[in-house]
Amino acid sequence: MSKLYEIAKILRSKNSGPFELTFDIIFATEEEYKRVKESGIINEDKIAEIYNISKSDIADIVFFNPANGIKITIYRRISSGTIGDRDVYGAQQHAPLMNLEI
Amino acid sequence: MKKTLKIIAPCGILGYGYPIESFMNGINEKPDAIIVDAGSTDAGPHKLGAGVSIVSRLAVKKDLLPMIVEGKKLGIPVIIGSAGGTGTKGQVLWTLEIINEILKEKNIQVKIAIIYSDFEKEYIKEKLLDKKIEPLTENIKQLTIKDIDDTTAIVAQMGHEPIVEALKENPDIILCGRAYDPAPFAGMCIYKGFDEGLAYHLGKILECGALCAEPGTTKDCILGTITEDSVIVKPLSSNRKCLETSVAAHTFYEKDHPFILKGPGTILNLENSRFDQTSENAVEIKNSKIAHTDKYYIKLEGAKKVGYKTFVVAGVRDPMMIERLTEIEKESEKQVREHYHEIPAEDYQINFINYGMDGVLGDCEFEKFKGHEVGVMFEVCANSQEVANTICASLRSTMLHFGYDGRKSTAGNLAFPQAPSDVEFGAVYEFSIYHLMEVENGLTPFKIEYLQGGKNE
Repeated sequence: MSKLYEIAKILRSKNSGPFELTFDIIFATEEEYKRVKESGIINEDKIAEIYNISKSDIADIVFFNPANGIKITIYRRISSGTIGDRDVYGAQQHAPLMNLEI
Repeated sequence: MKKTLKIIAPCGILGYGYPIESFMNGINEKPDAIIVDAGSTDAGPHKLGAGVSIVSRLAVKKDLLPMIVEGKKLGIPVIIGSAGGTGTKGQVLWTLEIINEILKEKNIQVKIAIIYSDFEKEYIKEKLLDKKIEPLTENIKQLTIKDIDDTTAIVAQMGHEPIVEALKENPDIILCGRAYDPAPFAGMCIYKGFDEGLAYHLGKILECGALCAEPGTTKDCILGTITEDSVIVKPLSSNRKCLETSVAAHTFYEKDHPFILKGPGTILNLENSRFDQTSENAVEIKNSKIAHTDKYYIKLEGAKKVGYKTFVVAGVRDPMMIERLTEIEKESEKQVREHYHEIPAEDYQINFINYGMDGVLGDCEFEKFKGHEVGVMFEVCANSQEVANTICASLRSTMLHFGYDGRKSTAGNLAFPQAPSDVEFGAVYEFSIYHLMEVENGLTPFKIEYLQGGKNE
């Protein structure tokens, strides 16, 4: 078993516009990418669980083979920079993904 | 010889700065244009709502100076996208003032094209009533007339069309209002007859400066070359390299989908794009495809004021206080609300952020608290600054002297790093418009103006 952050080369979050958060998990090799992809751990149920959202708040989960990368996009509950937002750029929201066990 | 076009992108956002050595390396390559993106919604709705720039006037001037001087020497266009960060008319004119200052100081005369991207509220209302406006994503509410009235300024992202149109007049500088980030780069390539798919992909990479290189940064220059069937990107500093992996990974950046990129009137598909290392530091890209949408949509952006904020930052070190912190916060809010019962409850909102506990992730935090001190930020957002100040002051004194069970530190519960402890933040904004609007085409909604810059009045 390894944790996702031990395998991924890039694991980040950022706004994709002020109403969405997007997570990029990118691997250095195809082998590592396939290991995570084929583990099936990245799925709608898991994302909804770790981000405390309903599945309908997930815009997309896409596995993109040519770049050895996975992209997850979710809807923000509070849009960027207004009352109650904790992370204007959305740049520190990736932590719940880091400890996923592969 | 193959037809090619070279573009220097000095940095990721105008005013972020770039090493002049890198820039001059680019100038020595005899580029055909110098193009920089100045825009971003990353910093939240405040810039658009309050009409202020992301970067300082001095920073913009420092970045623009070499671009204008060297651009004029080579006789190549300098194009600025999303002037001032938000691209409102106010920000366009702010940038124009800086440009004119440089022109006068350097005794340069140029032809400037200005492309505005502002819209009158009446026009947006007509479009709304005509059912031509819809939310960009499903978590955004349908637009209302009231939203439009409440919004400070409304801009829309232009595609390449107005930029191509402006280039036909041979201006030395094109100053764009809000533009789709890749559009100024794509506009230059499309004007010269290159493939639209490759042009937009090149724009998507160049708009972030050297972020696609390894190590990546928005504060360095990058050179993009478009040919008849490919684009080539390479950094202009010997400290960086463009690698197949770094350029392919950049395709992911800040977009909701890894290979489908929706722009004004277009959908760029990078699913079959090929990335090939052509030299130690350069990457060539092929097969990027673009399709035109049946109806032409532009993205509207608008922000409105939603209140006024006052906040306090304080440290808590007493372990007994930390143990009861969230309970004390709730109870303090209750006491304040009871004390000011004559102020309607919905006139203000109180938020606590406990750094060290769950400050960043809120209810998604999965780690159990194990620290010995906590940074508390509490804020009051109200419908007037006076109410925000009053409630925040009351909350601060209530928290400071709150007598919880077993309390031994009866002199005070909070360590303030500054005096006064309460910070009057001012207005708070919210993105009130982030919608798609159907238009007849990508050109006519955007007004283009030409003027002579640098003339002594």
